[in-house]
Amino acid sequence: MTILGIESSCDETAAAVYGPGGLRSNVIASQSIHELYGGVVPELASRAHQRTIWATVDQAISEAGCTIGDIEAVAVANGPGLMGALLVGLCFAKGFALRQGIPLIGVNHMDAHIYANFIDETPRYPFLGLVVSGGHTQIVLVEAPMQHTILGRTRDDAAGEAFDKIGKILGLPYPAGPVMDRLSQLGDPHFHRFPQALMNEGLDFSYSGLKTSALYHLQGIPDDEREEYLNDHLNDLCASISHAITEVLVKKLKRAFNQYPVDTIVLAGGVSANSMLRRKTEGLARRHDLKLHIPKIEYCTDNAAMIAVTGYIKAGLGQFDDMSLKPFASQNR
Amino acid sequence: MNKNTAASGQKTFQIPDEVVSTSTGETARLAASVASTLKPGDVVCLHGDLGAGKTHFVKGVASYFGIDQNMVNSPTFTLIHEYPGDIPVYHFDCYRINDVREALEIGTEDYLYGSGICLIEWAEKIEAIIPEHALHITIGKISESERLFRFKPRPE
Repeated sequence: MTILGIESSCDETAAAVYGPGGLRSNVIASQSIHELYGGVVPELASRAHQRTIWATVDQAISEAGCTIGDIEAVAVANGPGLMGALLVGLCFAKGFALRQGIPLIGVNHMDAHIYANFIDETPRYPFLGLVVSGGHTQIVLVEAPMQHTILGRTRDDAAGEAFDKIGKILGLPYPAGPVMDRLSQLGDPHFHRFPQALMNEGLDFSYSGLKTSALYHLQGIPDDEREEYLNDHLNDLCASISHAITEVLVKKLKRAFNQYPVDTIVLAGGVSANSMLRRKTEGLARRHDLKLHIPKIEYCTDNAAMIAVTGYIKAGLGQFDDMSLKPFASQNR
Repeated sequence: MNKNTAASGQKTFQIPDEVVSTSTGETARLAASVASTLKPGDVVCLHGDLGAGKTHFVKGVASYFGIDQNMVNSPTFTLIHEYPGDIPVYHFDCYRINDVREALEIGTEDYLYGSGICLIEWAEKIEAIIPEHALHITIGKISESERLFRFKPRPE
């Protein structure tokens, strides 16, 4: 079955085509599409989805080397996300499905992050997924296709958000995640011991205390010495913060693995690109003889390829939706 | 300034000008007291630096409306979280918003004039569209665990 996938849950408008032979196209609305359809567009303009969605879908279909008539089902992210943004993709998908007389498949955006691992590889069930992004931090047990149990989640800030905001506190431009990663590689992760919250408590995460701790660490340096301190130790501070963030992620993943013995783990979400997290997860996999999957970076951030591949998996299970499919803002399960 | 009637017979909480909280537990109780004065359509703006405890305060308010506080987390990236409770609670974070037009583009007004309670972090970024009846709370840091809450009342 050839599936058109549509993603519009937050900032990105994206479309992709996935078929039996694998991924055939993967398009994210570029600034040039935005410029074509609305002039200067604010960065977070969710209603800009409305202006760009046709051009994005059109490009995805033509890059896949097929025509509209070749699409056999439409998969669309229907949550969690911004209601206004989700509605654009959902209404478009419904219209497309009705017009073409093809089935509609609603896809959970968080599930899709996990199935991004299936674009290039075939992880074996059951497996544990660590989903880490700017907005989410979750450990998920996937026992069979589309059978997910969330074992742990963040109680306040997401891991990606912690990187971004603590970087800002250290004087880096927001969002600071990628720069933090680069500087961390040059610093000493044991320069300062920052707190690792909820370490002895279940599988949930908490990063807001780390943010406060970083703030007070800096305020503890006398005003006239702070700039010099930051100049001398920015790399070390980045490395120590990154260490605190990733230690918790990996130790919780290990705890999950002890409770739910599986032989495969997958990473998902934008923070999967973080080099320290990758190194530590690879170490964990090696020590415990686990198979580790990490999607290519273009499939880690929000994209439609992951929606299309999840749609393909759901179609294989006969899980289709009808026109009553609704968007949902928050994941409450 | 407290608009609640005492029809239920319960003593209503009077919002003070300012109050010091010495722990996250105390903040949660303060948030629940503030929540007891809120009704559908109310807007609460939370001001304060990174790490001041804005999200923590929202947890306390959400808890009052029967929402599991562990489900309340930071919407910095996701912009808006909706929590279905006794009254729906809409949790905004405008940290990433640079222009009030962006807030309009994501449908902020639908929520501000809707039938839930809006709690808005970094509301100063969208000051132009904040309704006049909003309650403003500014959280200042005194020490690592102490916070000063200052309240700017809603006009009667």
